[in-house]
Amino acid sequence: MTKTILLITALLATGCASQRPADDLYRDLGGDEGVTRIVDAFLVHLAEDELVVDTFADTDIAEFRRLMIEQLCDLSGGPCTYGGRTMAESHAGMGVTPAMFNALVADFIDAMDDAGVPQGAQNRLLGRLAPMYGDIVEG
Amino acid sequence: MTRRFQRCITAGLLTLSLAAPGALAGSRILATGGATPIEGGGGGGITPWALITGYGSSGETGISAFATRVDVRDFRLDSAGLAVGWNDRLEASFARQALDVQPLDVTLKQDVFGLKARVAGRLLYTAMPQVSVGLQHKRNRSFDVPAALGAADDSGTDLYVSAAKLWFAALFDRNLFANVTLRRTEANEIGLLGFDAAGEDASLVAEGTLAVFLDDRWVIGYEYRQKPDHLDAVTENDWQDLFVAYFPSKRVSLVAARAMLDEIAGLPDQDGWYLSIQATL
Ligand code: HEM
Repeated sequence: MTKTILLITALLATGCASQRPADDLYRDLGGDEGVTRIVDAFLVHLAEDELVVDTFADTDIAEFRRLMIEQLCDLSGGPCTYGGRTMAESHAGMGVTPAMFNALVADFIDAMDDAGVPQGAQNRLLGRLAPMYGDIVEG
Repeated sequence: MTRRFQRCITAGLLTLSLAAPGALAGSRILATGGATPIEGGGGGGITPWALITGYGSSGETGISAFATRVDVRDFRLDSAGLAVGWNDRLEASFARQALDVQPLDVTLKQDVFGLKARVAGRLLYTAMPQVSVGLQHKRNRSFDVPAALGAADDSGTDLYVSAAKLWFAALFDRNLFANVTLRRTEANEIGLLGFDAAGEDASLVAEGTLAVFLDDRWVIGYEYRQKPDHLDAVTENDWQDLFVAYFPSKRVSLVAARAMLDEIAGLPDQDGWYLSIQATL
């Protein structure tokens, strides 16, 4: 038992030490080209997702695409500054449910798979998107 | 009767996992419904987790069925059952267990009725861990042996609180999962040896799971379950296992484990394997 705890502690410690600067993530996503590929694949999955597609009925998709690319670039430490509204502002009154949020995350994971994003980079990006839940979901 | 129920569940599971269409699945992310522990409901192999079974999110229902066999030196445990999760909020479960004590040619049986409610947090999304409270009402169906060993009751109710959290990219960029469960119990050997031994109060025991997601589908981990030791006649030890879980789809999952159960009912060194299949709707 003690040995197991020691092993786990050692593993956890290496986990902390392996965190790299944010810029690495942008590179691992494939830079501007990679992020654009993710967002384009994401839009395809969104369009096919019955649970969320209606929410985007009145959305200017070109503008949404531009802002998503800018946000992911900014979030992954790329050379961009996200210029859109905050997540709380842009999703206010939209009635986003936990099920819709989950569905959209699944679409996003599928998009990262389509774009060939390696598992580690997927996990790191999801780790930066997941905390937005509180600002986006109502109730 | 017990074994027939279990065969029935297993056959149903295999049919479901091969035949069921994908469209019914809930929206939660793959693997976040967990597997099913031997006492039923959403969890690991030997301990419940704060997760609600199935993939149902808000406004959705998830149903899971499982069959598990644990084969150690002198014992073979079969457990099978069903669980329903609502709204990623409430869970009801049933499991039927049969434990063959091979040296004595005796089979110990019990049913476990479970209820669980998520009270705080969301596994993937909140800084706060996902916290659930639950109960497991257990009815021993072969009380002669437990009574002879000093158990006072043929039924008992465990109360527990569980906290689960997932850290993204925490270990070599892999996602790390942990669950801790605190349980108040009067059960001897989880209830298979009855409840409430003479002169003993209920115990507070701790259980834990630590796991790493190798990718979206493969998870490896370790579990520890502290157990009380109430019966004077026989020693009861803590349990451990090392597991590999595979989630090929939201429809089905498989868990294989090395079970390390130590001494049970006077028989030492109960190591062996654990195999579980779960189907989800
Ligand atoms: C982590 C998850 C999410 C991220 C990172 C995200 C990101 C964004 C961004 C960057 C914008 C543009 C903001 C602006 O217009 O200034 C946006 C808008 C929007 N989002 Fe999200 N979003 C998320 C979750 C969701 C979910 C779950 C839904 C609902 C199904 C949703 C529906 C929308 C809609 C409909 C718009 C367009 C609003 C408009 O037309 O004005 N989003 N989102």
